Amino acid sequence: MSGQVYPKDTKVLPGLQLEKVDDRIMTLNVGPQHPGSGHMRIIIKVDGDYIVHCDPDPGYVHRGEEKMAEYRNYITNIPHLERPVIHDSCNILYPYCLGVEELLGIEVSERAKYIRVIAAELNRCVYIQYWLAIYGIFLGHSTMFMWPVGDRELMIDLLDKMTGARVTHAYFVPGGVRNDIPANFEDMCLRQVNYFEKRLKEYADVFYDNPILISRTKDTGVLSREDAIKLGTTGSVLRASGVDFDIRKKEPYDVYEELDFQTNVLKEGDSYARSKIPWLDMLESCRIIRDALQKMPKSGSVRVKLKPKPKAGDTEVYRRVESGRGSLGMHIVSRNNPQPYRLKISVPSFRNLIAMPHLLTGEKLGNLPPVYWSLNYWPVEADR
Amino acid sequence: MSSTDSTEIEKSDDSSLVSDSDKSLSDAISKKFSNVEIAYVKPDRIRVNVKREEIIDVASFIRDELNFDHAESVSGVDYPEDKQIEVVYHLGSYTNKSLEKKILALATRTPREDNPNPGNDSTKLPSLRDVFPSVSFHERECFEMLGVYFDGNPDNRRLLLPEDWADIPPLRKDFAIKGR
Repeated sequence: MSGQVYPKDTKVLPGLQLEKVDDRIMTLNVGPQHPGSGHMRIIIKVDGDYIVHCDPDPGYVHRGEEKMAEYRNYITNIPHLERPVIHDSCNILYPYCLGVEELLGIEVSERAKYIRVIAAELNRCVYIQYWLAIYGIFLGHSTMFMWPVGDRELMIDLLDKMTGARVTHAYFVPGGVRNDIPANFEDMCLRQVNYFEKRLKEYADVFYDNPILISRTKDTGVLSREDAIKLGTTGSVLRASGVDFDIRKKEPYDVYEELDFQTNVLKEGDSYARSKIPWLDMLESCRIIRDALQKMPKSGSVRVKLKPKPKAGDTEVYRRVESGRGSLGMHIVSRNNPQPYRLKISVPSFRNLIAMPHLLTGEKLGNLPPVYWSLNYWPVEADR
Repeated sequence: MSSTDSTEIEKSDDSSLVSDSDKSLSDAISKKFSNVEIAYVKPDRIRVNVKREEIIDVASFIRDELNFDHAESVSGVDYPEDKQIEVVYHLGSYTNKSLEKKILALATRTPREDNPNPGNDSTKLPSLRDVFPSVSFHERECFEMLGVYFDGNPDNRRLLLPEDWADIPPLRKDFAIKGR
Protein backbone atom coordinates (compact mmCIF):
# COMPACT_ATOMS: atom_id res chain seq x y z
CA MET A 1 0.00 0.00 0.00
CA SER A 2 2.79 2.38 0.81
CA GLY A 3 3.92 2.16 -2.83
CA GLN A 4 0.72 3.95 -3.91
CA VAL A 5 1.00 6.78 -1.36
CA TYR A 6 4.72 7.25 -1.91
CA PRO A 7 5.42 6.43 -5.58
CA LYS A 8 9.12 5.77 -6.14
CA ASP A 9 9.64 8.34 -8.91
CA THR A 10 8.52 11.45 -7.02
CA LYS A 11 10.74 12.60 -4.21
CA VAL A 12 9.14 15.99 -3.46
CA LEU A 13 5.46 16.88 -3.68
CA PRO A 14 4.54 19.42 -6.39
CA GLY A 15 4.95 22.98 -5.18
CA LEU A 16 7.26 22.05 -2.36
CA GLN A 17 10.45 21.91 -4.36
CA LEU A 18 13.14 24.10 -2.94
CA GLU A 19 14.81 26.28 -5.51
CA LYS A 20 18.13 27.89 -5.19
CA VAL A 21 17.60 31.56 -4.34
CA ASP A 22 20.24 33.61 -6.08
CA ASP A 23 18.42 36.92 -6.00
CA ARG A 24 18.96 38.21 -2.48
CA ILE A 25 17.50 41.63 -3.12
CA MET A 26 13.81 42.09 -2.39
CA THR A 27 11.76 45.13 -3.38
CA LEU A 28 9.25 46.48 -0.87
CA ASN A 29 6.63 49.17 -1.22
CA VAL A 30 6.19 51.21 1.93
CA GLY A 31 2.93 53.01 1.29
CA PRO A 32 0.95 54.69 -0.14
CA GLN A 33 -1.78 52.98 1.88
CA HIS A 34 0.46 52.08 4.78
CA PRO A 35 -0.34 54.46 7.67
CA GLY A 36 3.34 54.70 8.55
CA SER A 37 4.29 56.34 5.29
CA GLY A 38 1.78 59.15 5.07
CA HIS A 39 0.31 59.80 1.63
CA MET A 40 3.39 58.69 -0.22
CA ARG A 41 5.27 55.59 -1.28
CA ILE A 42 8.85 54.71 -0.60
CA ILE A 43 10.12 51.96 -2.87
CA ILE A 44 12.94 50.27 -1.01
CA LYS A 45 15.20 47.37 -1.92
CA VAL A 46 16.40 45.29 1.00
CA ASP A 47 19.25 42.84 1.32
CA GLY A 48 18.36 40.89 4.42
CA ASP A 49 17.68 43.54 7.03
CA TYR A 50 19.51 46.37 5.29
CA ILE A 51 18.06 48.92 2.89
CA VAL A 52 20.31 49.02 -0.16
CA HIS A 53 18.25 51.34 -2.33
CA CYS A 54 15.51 53.85 -1.62
CA ASP A 55 13.34 55.68 -4.13
CA PRO A 56 10.72 58.06 -2.72
CA ASP A 57 7.60 58.31 -4.87
CA PRO A 58 5.44 61.31 -3.90
CA GLY A 59 2.51 62.66 -5.87
CA TYR A 60 -0.47 60.81 -4.42
CA VAL A 61 -1.97 64.06 -3.09
CA HIS A 62 -0.91 66.42 -5.86
CA ARG A 63 -3.63 69.07 -6.25
CA GLY A 64 -2.20 71.51 -8.75
CA GLU A 65 -2.14 74.48 -6.37
CA GLU A 66 0.31 76.36 -8.60
CA LYS A 67 -1.90 75.98 -11.67
CA MET A 68 -5.03 76.94 -9.73
CA ALA A 69 -3.35 80.11 -8.50
CA GLU A 70 -2.89 81.35 -12.07
CA TYR A 71 -6.67 81.48 -12.56
CA ARG A 72 -7.65 83.34 -9.38
CA ASN A 73 -6.95 86.88 -8.28
CA TYR A 74 -4.70 87.77 -5.39
CA ILE A 75 -7.51 87.70 -2.82
CA THR A 76 -9.43 84.61 -3.95
CA ASN A 77 -6.15 82.68 -3.94
CA ILE A 78 -6.02 82.82 -0.13
CA PRO A 79 -8.26 79.90 0.93
CA HIS A 80 -6.93 77.29 -1.46
CA LEU A 81 -3.27 78.15 -0.91
CA GLU A 82 -3.40 77.01 2.71
CA ARG A 83 -4.71 73.56 1.76
CA PRO A 84 -1.33 71.86 1.31
CA VAL A 85 -0.73 72.06 5.04
CA ILE A 86 -3.91 73.00 6.85
CA HIS A 87 -2.52 72.65 10.36
CA ASP A 88 0.21 75.18 9.55
CA SER A 89 -2.06 77.36 7.45
CA CYS A 90 -0.87 80.71 8.83
CA ASN A 91 2.72 79.96 7.93
CA ILE A 92 1.99 78.86 4.37
CA LEU A 93 -0.01 82.04 3.73
CA TYR A 94 2.68 84.19 5.31
CA PRO A 95 5.13 84.35 2.35
CA TYR A 96 2.23 84.82 -0.04
CA CYS A 97 0.94 87.83 1.89
CA LEU A 98 4.43 89.30 2.27
CA GLY A 99 5.04 88.81 -1.45
CA VAL A 100 1.74 90.36 -2.56
CA GLU A 101 2.28 93.28 -0.18
CA GLU A 102 5.68 93.87 -1.75
CA LEU A 103 4.16 93.68 -5.24
CA LEU A 104 1.37 96.10 -4.42
CA GLY A 105 3.47 98.35 -2.19
CA ILE A 106 1.25 98.00 0.88
CA GLU A 107 2.48 98.90 4.36
CA VAL A 108 0.93 96.78 7.13
CA SER A 109 0.02 98.33 10.49
CA GLU A 110 2.13 97.58 13.55
CA ARG A 111 -0.69 95.83 15.40
CA ALA A 112 -1.42 93.55 12.43
CA LYS A 113 2.23 92.55 12.30
CA TYR A 114 2.18 91.49 15.95
CA ILE A 115 -1.09 89.60 15.52
CA ARG A 116 0.41 87.79 12.54
CA VAL A 117 3.47 86.78 14.50
CA ILE A 118 1.33 85.46 17.39
CA ALA A 119 -0.90 83.51 15.00
CA ALA A 120 2.10 82.11 13.14
CA GLU A 121 3.75 80.94 16.37
CA LEU A 122 0.52 79.37 17.69
CA ASN A 123 0.16 77.62 14.37
CA ARG A 124 3.74 76.39 14.51
CA CYS A 125 2.95 74.72 17.86
CA VAL A 126 -0.20 73.14 16.40
CA TYR A 127 1.78 71.71 13.50
CA ILE A 128 4.67 70.44 15.61
CA GLN A 129 2.34 68.81 18.15
CA TYR A 130 0.59 66.96 15.34
CA TRP A 131 3.91 65.82 13.93
CA LEU A 132 5.18 64.82 17.38
CA ALA A 133 2.07 62.72 17.98
CA ILE A 134 2.71 60.76 14.79
CA TYR A 135 6.40 60.45 15.57
CA GLY A 136 5.51 59.06 19.00
CA ILE A 137 2.98 56.51 17.81
CA PHE A 138 5.26 55.12 15.09
CA LEU A 139 7.93 54.51 17.64
CA GLY A 140 5.34 52.56 19.65
CA HIS A 141 5.02 55.24 22.32
CA SER A 142 1.26 55.76 22.64
CA THR A 143 1.55 58.28 25.50
CA MET A 144 3.45 60.50 23.12
CA PHE A 145 0.49 60.25 20.77
CA MET A 146 -2.15 61.14 23.37
CA TRP A 147 -0.34 64.02 25.07
CA PRO A 148 0.48 66.17 22.04
CA VAL A 149 -2.96 65.59 20.52
CA GLY A 150 -4.54 66.70 23.79
CA ASP A 151 -2.27 69.68 24.42
CA ARG A 152 -2.61 70.78 20.81
CA GLU A 153 -6.21 71.68 21.62
CA LEU A 154 -4.99 74.56 23.79
CA MET A 155 -3.44 76.23 20.79
CA ILE A 156 -6.31 75.32 18.46
CA ASP A 157 -8.65 76.90 20.99
CA LEU A 158 -6.74 80.16 20.88
CA LEU A 159 -6.62 80.17 17.09
CA ASP A 160 -10.33 79.40 17.04
CA LYS A 161 -10.97 82.51 19.17
CA MET A 162 -8.72 84.58 16.93
CA THR A 163 -9.82 83.44 13.52
CA GLY A 164 -13.13 81.67 13.90
CA ALA A 165 -11.94 78.33 12.56
CA ARG A 166 -10.16 75.42 14.19
CA VAL A 167 -7.72 74.52 11.42
CA THR A 168 -8.36 76.16 8.05
CA HIS A 169 -8.04 79.74 9.25
CA ALA A 170 -7.52 81.77 6.01
CA TYR A 171 -6.62 84.49 8.50
CA PHE A 172 -3.73 86.26 6.81
CA VAL A 173 -4.61 88.56 3.94
CA PRO A 174 -2.40 90.90 1.92
CA GLY A 175 -2.56 94.06 4.01
CA GLY A 176 -2.82 92.50 7.47
CA VAL A 177 -5.20 89.99 9.02
CA ARG A 178 -8.86 89.36 8.31
CA ASN A 179 -10.26 90.50 11.67
CA ASP A 180 -9.09 91.88 14.98
CA ILE A 181 -8.59 89.60 17.99
CA PRO A 182 -11.36 89.40 20.63
CA ALA A 183 -11.26 91.72 23.64
CA ASN A 184 -10.15 89.28 26.34
CA PHE A 185 -7.69 87.45 24.10
CA GLU A 186 -4.42 88.58 25.69
CA ASP A 187 -5.20 87.20 29.16
CA MET A 188 -6.54 83.93 27.83
CA CYS A 189 -3.58 83.51 25.50
CA LEU A 190 -1.07 84.17 28.27
CA ARG A 191 -2.75 81.67 30.60
CA GLN A 192 -2.93 78.90 28.01
CA VAL A 193 0.57 79.47 26.68
CA ASN A 194 2.00 79.30 30.20
CA TYR A 195 0.20 76.04 30.88
CA PHE A 196 1.26 74.71 27.47
CA GLU A 197 4.88 75.48 28.26
CA LYS A 198 4.63 73.67 31.58
CA ARG A 199 3.21 70.64 29.81
CA LEU A 200 5.95 70.71 27.17
CA LYS A 201 8.61 70.44 29.85
CA GLU A 202 6.97 67.23 31.05
CA TYR A 203 7.55 65.69 27.61
CA ALA A 204 11.24 65.46 28.40
CA ASP A 205 10.66 62.97 31.23
CA VAL A 206 8.35 60.70 29.31
CA PHE A 207 9.83 60.96 25.82
CA TYR A 208 13.10 62.73 25.22
CA ASP A 209 14.92 61.22 28.21
CA ASN A 210 13.35 57.83 27.61
CA PRO A 211 16.12 55.22 27.12
CA ILE A 212 14.01 53.31 24.58
CA LEU A 213 13.62 56.37 22.38
CA ILE A 214 17.28 57.20 22.74
CA SER A 215 18.37 53.68 21.79
CA ARG A 216 16.17 53.73 18.68
CA THR A 217 17.06 57.16 17.42
CA LYS A 218 20.60 57.96 18.58
CA ASP A 219 23.13 57.55 15.76
CA THR A 220 20.54 56.44 13.24
CA GLY A 221 20.27 58.34 9.99
CA VAL A 222 23.17 60.66 10.61
CA LEU A 223 23.24 63.65 8.26
CA SER A 224 26.55 65.47 8.31
CA ARG A 225 26.77 69.25 8.24
CA GLU A 226 28.35 69.29 4.77
CA ASP A 227 25.72 66.98 3.31
CA ALA A 228 22.87 68.94 4.89
CA ILE A 229 24.14 72.08 3.14
CA LYS A 230 24.83 70.36 -0.18
CA LEU A 231 21.40 68.73 -0.28
CA GLY A 232 19.81 72.10 0.46
CA THR A 233 17.79 70.80 3.42
CA THR A 234 16.00 73.27 5.61
CA GLY A 235 14.36 73.82 8.99
CA SER A 236 14.73 71.28 11.76
CA VAL A 237 16.72 68.89 9.53
CA LEU A 238 19.31 71.56 8.81
CA ARG A 239 19.49 72.89 12.35
CA ALA A 240 19.87 69.39 13.79
CA SER A 241 23.00 69.03 11.65
CA GLY A 242 24.70 72.03 13.19
CA VAL A 243 23.81 74.81 10.72
CA ASP A 244 22.45 77.86 12.48
CA PHE A 245 19.91 79.03 9.92
CA ASP A 246 16.48 80.31 10.82
CA ILE A 247 14.76 82.77 8.50
CA ARG A 248 13.20 84.52 11.52
CA LYS A 249 16.72 85.52 12.57
CA LYS A 250 18.54 85.71 9.26
CA GLU A 251 15.98 87.58 7.21
CA PRO A 252 13.51 88.90 9.82
CA TYR A 253 10.05 89.64 8.48
CA ASP A 254 7.30 91.68 10.17
CA VAL A 255 8.36 92.24 13.82
CA TYR A 256 10.64 89.24 14.50
CA GLU A 257 13.58 91.62 14.71
CA GLU A 258 12.14 93.25 17.84
CA LEU A 259 11.32 90.01 19.67
CA ASP A 260 13.49 88.16 22.11
CA PHE A 261 14.20 84.57 21.10
CA GLN A 262 17.01 82.31 20.04
CA THR A 263 17.40 79.60 17.41
CA ASN A 264 17.95 76.00 18.39
CA VAL A 265 20.89 74.18 16.88
CA LEU A 266 22.20 70.69 17.64
CA LYS A 267 25.37 69.19 16.23
CA GLU A 268 24.63 65.45 16.16
CA GLY A 269 22.59 65.29 12.95
CA ASP A 270 20.91 62.00 13.95
CA SER A 271 17.22 61.16 14.25
CA TYR A 272 17.25 62.07 17.93
CA ALA A 273 18.52 65.58 17.26
CA ARG A 274 16.04 66.01 14.44
CA SER A 275 13.18 65.00 16.72
CA LYS A 276 14.32 67.27 19.52
CA ILE A 277 14.68 70.50 17.52
CA PRO A 278 10.91 70.94 16.88
CA TRP A 279 10.21 70.46 20.59
CA LEU A 280 12.79 73.12 21.46
CA ASP A 281 11.19 75.32 18.81
CA MET A 282 7.84 75.05 20.57
CA LEU A 283 9.38 76.19 23.86
CA GLU A 284 10.90 79.12 21.95
CA SER A 285 7.51 79.88 20.38
CA CYS A 286 6.02 80.26 23.87
CA ARG A 287 8.65 82.91 24.62
CA ILE A 288 7.93 84.71 21.35
CA ILE A 289 4.18 84.74 21.99
CA ARG A 290 4.60 86.15 25.52
CA ASP A 291 7.00 88.79 24.28
CA ALA A 292 4.75 89.74 21.37
CA LEU A 293 1.67 90.01 23.62
CA GLN A 294 3.57 92.46 25.78
CA LYS A 295 4.93 94.60 22.95
CA MET A 296 1.80 94.61 20.79
CA PRO A 297 0.06 97.99 20.39
CA LYS A 298 -3.24 97.76 22.26
CA SER A 299 -5.34 99.28 19.51
CA GLY A 300 -5.18 100.25 15.89
CA SER A 301 -6.30 98.99 12.53
CA VAL A 302 -5.39 95.48 11.52
CA ARG A 303 -6.13 95.51 7.82
CA VAL A 304 -5.42 97.79 4.89
CA LYS A 305 -8.44 97.81 2.65
CA LEU A 306 -7.63 96.97 -0.94
CA LYS A 307 -9.68 97.78 -3.98
CA PRO A 308 -11.22 94.74 -5.63
CA LYS A 309 -8.92 92.80 -7.94
CA PRO A 310 -5.70 94.71 -7.26
CA LYS A 311 -3.17 94.63 -10.07
CA ALA A 312 0.58 94.48 -9.64
CA GLY A 313 3.04 95.70 -12.23
CA ASP A 314 5.37 93.79 -14.52
CA THR A 315 7.65 92.41 -11.85
CA GLU A 316 8.42 89.43 -9.61
CA VAL A 317 9.16 88.74 -5.94
CA TYR A 318 10.62 85.91 -3.90
CA ARG A 319 9.69 85.95 -0.22
CA ARG A 320 10.32 83.29 2.41
CA VAL A 321 9.39 82.61 6.03
CA GLU A 322 10.32 80.00 8.61
CA SER A 323 7.38 77.59 8.81
CA GLY A 324 6.99 74.65 11.17
CA ARG A 325 9.15 72.54 8.86
CA GLY A 326 11.60 75.08 7.54
CA SER A 327 12.01 77.81 4.98
CA LEU A 328 8.88 78.27 2.89
CA GLY A 329 9.35 80.47 -0.15
CA MET A 330 7.02 81.84 -2.79
CA HIS A 331 8.06 83.13 -6.16
CA ILE A 332 5.30 85.32 -7.60
CA VAL A 333 5.60 86.53 -11.19
CA SER A 334 3.20 89.35 -11.99
CA ARG A 335 2.43 90.67 -15.48
CA ASN A 336 0.09 93.54 -14.84
CA ASN A 337 -2.91 91.31 -14.24
CA PRO A 338 -5.23 90.77 -11.28
CA GLN A 339 -4.01 87.16 -11.23
CA PRO A 340 -0.43 86.03 -10.67
CA TYR A 341 1.19 84.98 -13.95
CA ARG A 342 3.07 82.24 -12.14
CA LEU A 343 3.17 81.25 -8.48
CA LYS A 344 5.87 78.82 -7.43
CA ILE A 345 5.59 77.48 -3.91
CA SER A 346 8.93 76.18 -2.67
CA VAL A 347 7.95 74.03 0.29
CA PRO A 348 10.31 72.71 2.96
CA SER A 349 8.94 69.16 2.74
CA PHE A 350 9.80 68.96 -0.94
CA ARG A 351 13.26 70.33 -0.27
CA ASN A 352 13.88 67.81 2.50
CA LEU A 353 12.67 64.92 0.32
CA ILE A 354 16.14 64.57 -1.18
CA ALA A 355 17.54 63.68 2.25
CA MET A 356 15.31 60.61 2.41
CA PRO A 357 17.19 58.32 -0.04
CA HIS A 358 20.45 59.76 1.26
CA LEU A 359 19.71 58.75 4.85
CA LEU A 360 17.74 55.54 4.40
CA THR A 361 20.20 53.78 2.09
CA GLY A 362 22.39 51.64 4.31
CA GLU A 363 20.06 51.76 7.30
CA LYS A 364 18.32 48.76 8.83
CA LEU A 365 14.71 48.29 7.79
CA GLY A 366 13.58 48.76 11.39
CA ASN A 367 15.10 52.24 11.39
CA LEU A 368 12.85 53.40 8.58
CA PRO A 369 10.08 54.91 10.80
CA PRO A 370 12.37 56.88 13.13
CA VAL A 371 14.41 58.25 10.22
CA TYR A 372 11.48 58.93 7.91
CA TRP A 373 9.41 60.78 10.49
CA SER A 374 12.37 62.68 11.88
CA LEU A 375 12.63 64.45 8.51
CA ASN A 376 9.53 66.44 9.47
CA TYR A 377 8.09 65.52 6.10
CA TRP A 378 4.50 66.35 5.26
CA PRO A 379 3.52 64.56 2.02
CA VAL A 380 0.52 66.75 1.23
CA GLU A 381 2.67 69.85 1.37
CA ALA A 382 5.43 68.31 -0.73
CA ASP A 383 2.97 67.46 -3.51
CA ARG A 384 1.12 70.81 -3.43
CA MET B 1 -12.65 92.81 -15.71
CA SER B 2 -12.71 96.56 -16.37
CA SER B 3 -9.72 98.64 -15.48
CA THR B 4 -11.76 101.02 -13.32
CA ASP B 5 -12.15 98.60 -10.41
CA SER B 6 -8.53 97.69 -10.13
CA THR B 7 -5.69 99.35 -8.31
CA GLU B 8 -2.77 100.46 -10.39
CA ILE B 9 0.37 100.63 -8.34
CA GLU B 10 3.32 102.68 -9.45
CA LYS B 11 6.52 100.72 -9.51
CA SER B 12 8.59 102.18 -6.72
CA ASP B 13 12.22 102.97 -7.22
CA ASP B 14 14.06 101.22 -4.42
CA SER B 15 17.56 101.66 -5.80
CA SER B 16 18.44 103.82 -2.78
CA LEU B 17 17.93 100.79 -0.48
CA VAL B 18 20.30 98.56 -2.43
CA SER B 19 23.42 97.98 -0.38
CA ASP B 20 26.98 97.95 -1.63
CA SER B 21 27.26 94.21 -1.10
CA ASP B 22 24.37 93.62 -3.52
CA LYS B 23 26.09 95.80 -6.10
CA SER B 24 29.46 94.15 -5.62
CA LEU B 25 27.89 90.72 -6.21
CA SER B 26 26.28 91.80 -9.46
CA ASP B 27 29.46 93.59 -10.52
CA ALA B 28 31.52 90.46 -9.91
CA ILE B 29 29.27 88.46 -12.22
CA SER B 30 29.07 91.06 -14.98
CA LYS B 31 32.83 91.58 -14.84
CA LYS B 32 33.56 87.89 -15.29
CA PHE B 33 30.90 87.15 -17.91
CA SER B 34 30.26 89.83 -20.50
CA ASN B 35 27.16 88.16 -21.99
CA VAL B 36 25.28 87.96 -18.69
CA GLU B 37 22.44 90.43 -18.24
CA ILE B 38 21.81 91.75 -14.71
CA ALA B 39 18.01 91.99 -14.77
CA TYR B 40 17.65 93.84 -11.48
CA VAL B 41 19.37 94.49 -8.19
CA LYS B 42 16.86 95.01 -5.36
CA PRO B 43 17.62 94.90 -1.63
CA ASP B 44 18.88 91.34 -1.00
CA ARG B 45 17.49 90.12 -4.32
CA ILE B 46 19.57 89.92 -7.48
CA ARG B 47 18.54 88.42 -10.76
CA VAL B 48 20.85 87.51 -13.60
CA ASN B 49 19.74 86.26 -17.01
CA VAL B 50 22.16 83.95 -18.78
CA LYS B 51 22.22 82.05 -22.05
CA ARG B 52 21.74 78.33 -21.69
CA GLU B 53 25.19 77.54 -23.09
CA GLU B 54 26.76 79.55 -20.25
CA ILE B 55 24.64 78.51 -17.31
CA ILE B 56 26.96 75.83 -15.93
CA ASP B 57 29.96 78.18 -16.02
CA VAL B 58 28.03 80.98 -14.35
CA ALA B 59 26.57 78.63 -11.73
CA SER B 60 30.01 77.19 -10.94
CA PHE B 61 31.39 80.71 -10.58
CA ILE B 62 28.50 81.65 -8.25
CA ARG B 63 29.15 78.57 -6.13
CA ASP B 64 32.95 78.70 -5.98
CA GLU B 65 33.68 82.43 -5.98
CA LEU B 66 30.52 83.98 -4.53
CA ASN B 67 29.79 81.22 -1.96
CA PHE B 68 26.16 80.50 -2.76
CA ASP B 69 25.82 76.86 -1.73
CA HIS B 70 22.28 75.60 -2.29
CA ALA B 71 19.15 76.08 -4.39
CA GLU B 72 15.98 77.18 -2.63
CA SER B 73 13.62 76.71 -5.52
CA VAL B 74 13.53 76.08 -9.25
CA SER B 75 10.58 77.66 -11.03
CA GLY B 76 9.69 77.22 -14.64
CA VAL B 77 7.69 79.98 -16.30
CA ASP B 78 6.04 79.58 -19.69
CA TYR B 79 6.07 82.49 -22.14
CA PRO B 80 4.14 81.30 -25.23
CA GLU B 81 4.27 84.70 -27.00
CA ASP B 82 8.09 84.62 -26.87
CA LYS B 83 8.06 80.91 -27.78
CA GLN B 84 10.29 80.33 -24.77
CA ILE B 85 10.22 78.72 -21.36
CA GLU B 86 12.17 80.31 -18.55
CA VAL B 87 13.71 78.41 -15.66
CA VAL B 88 14.68 80.41 -12.57
CA TYR B 89 17.02 78.96 -9.95
CA HIS B 90 16.80 80.76 -6.60
CA LEU B 91 20.15 80.31 -4.91
CA GLY B 92 20.97 80.98 -1.28
CA SER B 93 23.84 80.55 1.13
CA TYR B 94 23.99 78.81 4.50
CA THR B 95 27.70 79.18 5.11
CA ASN B 96 28.50 82.81 4.33
CA LYS B 97 27.27 85.22 7.01
CA SER B 98 26.97 88.21 4.69
CA LEU B 99 24.88 86.30 2.13
CA GLU B 100 22.31 84.72 4.45
CA LYS B 101 19.67 87.32 3.64
CA LYS B 102 20.28 87.28 -0.06
CA ILE B 103 18.69 85.31 -2.86
CA LEU B 104 20.36 85.20 -6.24
CA ALA B 105 17.98 84.31 -9.04
CA LEU B 106 19.73 82.69 -11.97
CA ALA B 107 17.44 82.59 -14.99
CA THR B 108 17.80 81.04 -18.38
CA ARG B 109 15.51 80.38 -21.32
CA THR B 110 14.95 77.51 -23.69
CA PRO B 111 12.93 77.33 -26.94
CA ARG B 112 9.37 76.14 -26.63
CA GLU B 113 7.48 74.07 -29.18
CA ASP B 114 3.77 74.30 -29.83
CA ASN B 115 3.35 70.53 -29.97
CA PRO B 116 5.54 69.39 -27.12
CA ASN B 117 7.16 66.00 -27.04
CA PRO B 118 8.87 66.15 -23.64
CA GLY B 119 12.40 64.84 -23.73
CA ASN B 120 12.54 64.53 -27.52
CA ASP B 121 12.14 68.11 -28.69
CA SER B 122 14.30 71.23 -28.56
CA THR B 123 13.08 72.23 -25.05
CA LYS B 124 16.28 71.29 -23.26
CA LEU B 125 18.60 72.81 -20.71
CA PRO B 126 21.86 71.65 -19.16
CA SER B 127 21.26 70.30 -15.67
CA LEU B 128 22.78 72.08 -12.67
CA ARG B 129 22.72 68.87 -10.65
CA ASP B 130 26.50 68.53 -10.65
CA VAL B 131 26.94 72.10 -9.41
CA PHE B 132 24.09 72.16 -6.89
CA PRO B 133 22.92 68.64 -5.92
CA SER B 134 19.91 70.25 -4.23
CA VAL B 135 18.22 70.92 -7.59
CA SER B 136 17.73 67.22 -8.49
CA PHE B 137 14.11 66.83 -7.43
CA HIS B 138 13.19 70.36 -8.46
CA GLU B 139 14.43 69.69 -12.00
CA ARG B 140 12.50 66.45 -12.10
CA GLU B 141 9.36 68.38 -11.21
CA CYS B 142 10.10 71.05 -13.80
CA PHE B 143 10.49 68.41 -16.52
CA GLU B 144 7.07 66.87 -15.96
CA MET B 145 5.27 70.17 -15.30
CA LEU B 146 6.73 72.19 -18.20
CA GLY B 147 8.43 69.63 -20.41
CA VAL B 148 11.94 71.04 -19.98
CA TYR B 149 14.39 68.17 -20.33
CA PHE B 150 17.53 68.57 -18.24
CA ASP B 151 20.57 67.17 -20.02
CA GLY B 152 22.87 65.57 -17.49
CA ASN B 153 20.27 64.84 -14.84
CA PRO B 154 20.17 61.02 -14.76
CA ASP B 155 16.76 61.04 -13.13
CA ASN B 156 14.17 62.65 -15.40
CA ARG B 157 11.44 60.24 -14.38
CA ARG B 158 7.91 61.31 -13.52
CA LEU B 159 7.53 62.53 -9.95
CA LEU B 160 4.20 64.09 -8.98
CA LEU B 161 1.91 63.46 -11.96
CA PRO B 162 0.07 60.16 -12.38
CA GLU B 163 1.91 57.40 -14.27
CA ASP B 164 -0.70 57.42 -17.05
CA TRP B 165 -0.60 61.17 -17.67
CA ALA B 166 -0.87 61.54 -21.47
CA ASP B 167 -1.64 65.25 -21.88
CA ILE B 168 0.75 68.15 -22.44
CA PRO B 169 2.80 69.35 -19.46
CA PRO B 170 0.19 70.97 -17.18
CA LEU B 171 1.95 74.18 -16.18
CA ARG B 172 2.18 75.33 -19.79
CA LYS B 173 -0.16 78.19 -20.55
CA ASP B 174 -2.02 76.30 -23.28
CA PHE B 175 -3.11 73.64 -20.80
CA ALA B 176 -6.48 74.98 -19.72
CA ILE B 177 -8.41 74.13 -16.58
CA LYS B 178 -11.99 73.04 -17.19
CA GLY B 179 -14.55 75.72 -16.38
CA ARG B 180 -12.07 78.58 -16.17
